[in-house]
Amino acid sequence: MHEMSLAEGVLQLIEDAAREQKFGKVTTVWLEIGQLSGVEVEAMKFCFDAVMRDSIADGATLEIVATPGTGWCMQCSMSVPMSEVFGECPQCGSHQMQVTGGTEMRVKELEVA
Amino acid sequence: MCTTCGCAAGEVKIDGDDPHHGHEHVHADGTRHSHDHGHDGDHGHDHAHPHTHDSGHRYAPVHSNASPAHSHAPGIGTKRMVQIEQDILAKNNAYAQQNRQRLAERGIFTLNLVSSPGSGKTTLLCKTIDMLNGKASVAVIEGDQQTDQDAERIRATGAKAVQINTGKGCHLDAHMVGHAMGKLELPEDSLLMIENVGNLVCPAAFDLGEVHKVVILSVTEGEDKPIKYPDMFRAATLMLLNKCDLLPYLSFKVDAAIEFARRVNPGIEVIQLSATTGQGMEQWLDWIARGAQRSAQQKAPPALVSAVR
Repeated sequence: MHEMSLAEGVLQLIEDAAREQKFGKVTTVWLEIGQLSGVEVEAMKFCFDAVMRDSIADGATLEIVATPGTGWCMQCSMSVPMSEVFGECPQCGSHQMQVTGGTEMRVKELEVA
Repeated sequence: MCTTCGCAAGEVKIDGDDPHHGHEHVHADGTRHSHDHGHDGDHGHDHAHPHTHDSGHRYAPVHSNASPAHSHAPGIGTKRMVQIEQDILAKNNAYAQQNRQRLAERGIFTLNLVSSPGSGKTTLLCKTIDMLNGKASVAVIEGDQQTDQDAERIRATGAKAVQINTGKGCHLDAHMVGHAMGKLELPEDSLLMIENVGNLVCPAAFDLGEVHKVVILSVTEGEDKPIKYPDMFRAATLMLLNKCDLLPYLSFKVDAAIEFARRVNPGIEVIQLSATTGQGMEQWLDWIARGAQRSAQQKAPPALVSAVR
């Protein structure tokens, strides 16, 4: 949804980690992006390259780890897969759903030199 | 430093002042140089000035504008993995948490008003302040890319207002709001309304430290906005359907709009109103009064607030 500001957030986390753990070059970044997080992966890749330019992660490879969307269906009282935040329950068709997983936007790990 | 899209230092203005902290240079060996330019908020920032070059001068500096004295020859190290496991919005969320704690300690009921441009947020705020008629102390933080026209409109009602101009930024972040709170000298048990930048997308993800997000949908928009922009309607506690006095002239289907909103957020509350004619405003004021009472009653000592959050 606003991948440029998210990429800026990623760079901040990388720079903080670089200070604490004393590394000077990042070669690969793993991001965990939930299916329901609203992040467009293609847009994220584009913004990532632009934001990392001239930083310690300049030219780093971006690896996206997608996590599936899950929700709690209030009708079925069970956890079911969800593909959209306003999706319907695949069991009963109800929209009485609360998202329980798949909204992650996390920096998981880095390969550094 | 703000995580605003495309927003370089110096573009964000709070009542015309630049809230930024000056420069921070991060070197590859972990050395950090920061130059504090002073600011008026009272939330803490790390301005440590460590200057140890203990890891040797193996790497090139991070910043291309670093002084030549700090240029280190590039070198090749052994590759290794570093676990981060942190939310991308962690920095914003930490500032939001600081704001939330400051507000909770003083029993201030804070609302983050979000909508598309032109939904009538500022008119609604002015009407709300008028109708409160001094019964509650209200302060407003106004977010717009440019101009302080909205803050002027709020000040004309007699309420205190601070304008944040985000420059190119498309949303307010918790860091800007923390600075703006510092300018307002908010009294205990008061009401703080934050009018976000008109945008149904980005503000959904940025916690400002509010108690609730309130989304305003005007009936001159499409009733399917809740499913077109689901993140915002999912993040909100309350949906205000504004400009309801115009319903006789429009084909807007109220029931469909509410059904769409509940599809993305089954628990969302809905109030139909018109800031122009005043219909439904009492219900909205009651909703505010109930929330304000809860915030005042739940005022917690600092330690307890941090323990429960």
